[in-house]
Amino acid sequence: MARNVTPARKAAATAAAWIIGLAIFFPILWTILTGFKTEPEAIASPPSFVLFDWTLENYFTVQERSNYFRHFMNSVIISVGSTVLGLIIAIPAAWSMAFVPSKRTKDVLMWMLSTKMLPPVGVLVPIYLIFRDTGLLDTRTGLVIVLTLINLPIIIWMLYTYFREIPGEILEAARMDGAPLRKEIMYVLTPMAVPGIASTLLLNIILAWNEAFWTLNLTAAKAAPLTAFIASYSSPEGLFYAKLSAASTMAVAPILIMGWFCQKQLVRGLTFGAVK
Amino acid sequence: MGQIQLNKVSKRFGDVEVIPPLDLEIADGEFVVFVGPSGCGKSTLLRLIAGLEDVTSGHIAIDGVDATALPPAKRRLAMVFQSYALYPHMSVRNNIAFPLRMAGLDKVEQTRKVEAAAGILNLTDYLDRRPGQLSGGQRQRVAIGRAIVREPAAFLFDEPLSNLDAALRVNMRIEISDLHRNLETTMVYVTHDQVEAMTMAEKIVVLQAGVIEQVGSPMDLYDAPCNKFVAGFIGSPKMNFVDGEKTAGFDAHTIGIRPEHLAISTTEGLWQGTVGAAEHLGSDTFLYVDLASDREILTVRVGGEFSARHGDTVYLTPDPAKIHRFDSAGSRIG
Repeated sequence: MARNVTPARKAAATAAAWIIGLAIFFPILWTILTGFKTEPEAIASPPSFVLFDWTLENYFTVQERSNYFRHFMNSVIISVGSTVLGLIIAIPAAWSMAFVPSKRTKDVLMWMLSTKMLPPVGVLVPIYLIFRDTGLLDTRTGLVIVLTLINLPIIIWMLYTYFREIPGEILEAARMDGAPLRKEIMYVLTPMAVPGIASTLLLNIILAWNEAFWTLNLTAAKAAPLTAFIASYSSPEGLFYAKLSAASTMAVAPILIMGWFCQKQLVRGLTFGAVK
Repeated sequence: MGQIQLNKVSKRFGDVEVIPPLDLEIADGEFVVFVGPSGCGKSTLLRLIAGLEDVTSGHIAIDGVDATALPPAKRRLAMVFQSYALYPHMSVRNNIAFPLRMAGLDKVEQTRKVEAAAGILNLTDYLDRRPGQLSGGQRQRVAIGRAIVREPAAFLFDEPLSNLDAALRVNMRIEISDLHRNLETTMVYVTHDQVEAMTMAEKIVVLQAGVIEQVGSPMDLYDAPCNKFVAGFIGSPKMNFVDGEKTAGFDAHTIGIRPEHLAISTTEGLWQGTVGAAEHLGSDTFLYVDLASDREILTVRVGGEFSARHGDTVYLTPDPAKIHRFDSAGSRIG
């Protein structure tokens, strides 16, 4: 029997969805609004929602005090770099686990995932010391390496799931047609896995962009990405909510805009293979 | 050239022996069909020949050269898969050209060969489409085209028609047979459908549990099956098996009679029975006759004009010259 959807139930469900959606979005909206307030208005009680003196002053101050563009470029290089490097390692790894599984493949996958269960702070000291001794502290290279390693399990897991959906016969056909392994991956597997690879790429860029623990602990000035840019406004001089909000807005805007444009791809990739 | 020789070839998956050591020879230009029920090892045998699986022991020679350790691409064999296994992101043209591209052929030569193959298979108008935009039959033709352009020593077909509807299957059967006649290349064809085996093969290899039960031409297997399994597997509807008292005069444990070798009469005959179900195909009618004595049901093929109704009493008499006799182990006698 089809589910009985009355207009009243539909309206109630719609209202509930809007309320939940707005509740989730509210902190982001509040941050954006606060960015346009003056400092006294930002901490005023009761707070004013829209009826305040809109100002761009915070944005100018933030840009003056710290170089947004340099942080932005660091974020781009670190997130894109770690994602690309991760994919280069993960594609062959996921290929071998999906198409030439051994008895231990499941264990290896679980083991990789288990590294994500470890609190990062548990390995902060050893990694910090390694970075100090190898001169990787406060370098983009260092952050690319560490973020690649942090996100590699997720990249491999996602790709593994997508690859599993690709019929093995097609790869066998490529083998019969004379494609050596490298060409099989390049011309047959990768193009077929493009939707999956694309959503892995997008998700990983988002994860790397927002990663704060390692980027804050392993950088000082030179390689600091936007996370450090935000953090610098929750500073010893006391909290400046308006400026902090303006900085936050500037930091999350690029990734929000990218996510907005790619949402179709993201959703398609995340539900890949769920429906034929 | 496309002579394939299997010498004591066996295959194990872990502790399970899927194919015990077997020998088989496939002559150049022959159309050989491997047939058997699901899980009999026929596809595995084909994959061993293709090189997609490694043999556990034994040797495979192609044109007299040991190919046991060669990778699939080096065996000069082309394979057509059940699922077609086309590259979904490439046009038909690029699908067919893929093996040529892998072989490093120049563009001009690639185009020439692709267009020639497309001509043979009536795909010329579809060269710029993607596989997703084609029907099942067209996709299968693309898969065949991709095999043809390689000019292989032999074609391997792994149940290529199973995904097609009945009418298309008959057409494709004829197309593949025509292709074999034109190319005169060895073809090894795997199917579980004995009709495909009978209609297409020059030589049928009947497999059961990885063991070759019998090798021979379709009519050899039909007329002189070496055991009850082959007798029951080849021919549609199935051969009738009768044992017990009725075999008394035949000096056999079991006798087999094909449905067309039973004479039917409403007045007299050897065995009495009643008509159960009747399948009218127009040209023929298949009657399922319930033998009164011992609950056995025999299938009888009669002309389309024969009329009999459910519950009618009929008498059946086997043609003595066409009776197949089997001993208690199921092997053919005489």
